[in-house]
Amino acid sequence: MAALIEVHNLRFRYPDGTEALRGVDFRLEGRETVALFGPNGSGKTTFVLHLVGLLRGEGEIRICGLPVEKEHLKTIRSRVGIVFQDADVQLFMPSVLEDAAFGPLNLGLPEAEAKRRARRALEQVGMAGAAEKAPYHLSAGEKRRVALAGVLAMEPEILILDEPTTFLDPPGREALLSLLQGLPQAKFLVTHDVEFALALAGRAVFFEEGRIVGEGPVAEVARKHQWTVNQRRFFSGAQTG
Amino acid sequence: MHHVVLDEWSRRTSPVHRAEPRGKLLGALAFLVCVATAPRIEVPQFGGYLLLVLAGISLAKLPVVPVIARAAVVLPFSGVFAVMSAVAGDTDRAMAVVVKSYVSALAVLLLVATTPLPRLLRAAERLGAPRMVIVVVQFLYRYLFVISEQAQHMRQAARCRGELARRRSAGWRARFRAAAGALAVLFGRSYERAAAIHQAMLARGFDGRIRSLAPPAGSATGWWLPAAAALVAVAIRLAHRMEFPWPL
Repeated sequence: MAALIEVHNLRFRYPDGTEALRGVDFRLEGRETVALFGPNGSGKTTFVLHLVGLLRGEGEIRICGLPVEKEHLKTIRSRVGIVFQDADVQLFMPSVLEDAAFGPLNLGLPEAEAKRRARRALEQVGMAGAAEKAPYHLSAGEKRRVALAGVLAMEPEILILDEPTTFLDPPGREALLSLLQGLPQAKFLVTHDVEFALALAGRAVFFEEGRIVGEGPVAEVARKHQWTVNQRRFFSGAQTG
Repeated sequence: MHHVVLDEWSRRTSPVHRAEPRGKLLGALAFLVCVATAPRIEVPQFGGYLLLVLAGISLAKLPVVPVIARAAVVLPFSGVFAVMSAVAGDTDRAMAVVVKSYVSALAVLLLVATTPLPRLLRAAERLGAPRMVIVVVQFLYRYLFVISEQAQHMRQAARCRGELARRRSAGWRARFRAAAGALAVLFGRSYERAAAIHQAMLARGFDGRIRSLAPPAGSATGWWLPAAAALVAVAIRLAHRMEFPWPL
């Protein structure tokens, strides 16, 4: 069986010349959850955007066996759901229900079915009561849940979550964790939150300067790359002596 | 989060808020046509229009003074044309421009202060307004909140770094530079955000055509109030002698 995500020697350079990806190789097998660690600016989000064809670099990417080419983009985007870091960019429709139905309608589903899926996804994330609300009336945690519902309503096989715990308070983070643990999809988690990744992911990869430089069990990868609270490392540039 | 005042007003409850949005939209349109086509400013008629809007504002339980003040936002624009007409010697026209624009602004303000914008846009859509226009306004309104929130955060951050103390001592040139810088940052961020929104739309299968759920059916009971207001406006208009502002 083909891997859900298969990436070989992916390279990408932004128009300003910045080399963001320098030969990435990656595989995600069925139903597993993988965490992606790495410093800010190491190319994590750039990599994720390639997986659904939002950025195009050199190299080979296959999603569920399909190459990421123009003719397969519609199918690929229905199978891979991305929850973006900033929920505000994802919630653009006038009401929560309409936002959750945006993806299913784009899949060509009839309105009744799109609405049914949207309502079910909102129930899954515990936001059914807010269906008629406008997105700007929601808290950060609620926005994150609705953004997730908008993706779940498309019933994807792979969920990509870009920094899912940003702006969440501890109860919100716990609620998101138990919600994600209950979802059957394969998950690809871009995060700085090691504890969150430990609770959710089976393995982790470590990104640095546009390359995967480490791979293995979450705790091991975090330890090896000192991916924990390490003030000395963080402030080392500011020390004067 | 600080919501814009209009949004807060539009979510209150009153008979005017409960009225059918399509009815309110058509009623406001009828009112505007009546005001715009009035041949001249006559105190009884324009007093009637003004009373009609004030009655609406009062029935909607909106704060009268802030609403009256907000409608004045139109005056700097119409004022320019009024001054030009006055300079040209046509004081009647100058007066008409100011009075008509202000009364119209008041009526439009009553409409948007009693109908949440998403409902107003749905009403416009059901009345046949082009989909693209509706979508553009929807996006504009949605991200107005995000951008205004960002502007508020920037202002708070500037205050935290002693902007107020500095402002008292700094000259207008320094203040202008600071404001221009903040505006440039806001523009840059809005541009980046627009690109990110587009990516988020594409990721959920957007192919250039906006598809959305059909608006829910309206109720027939909410029509009487806007219909009555429109009838009163037409009656006031007919009370002007049957004259037209243009030669027939």
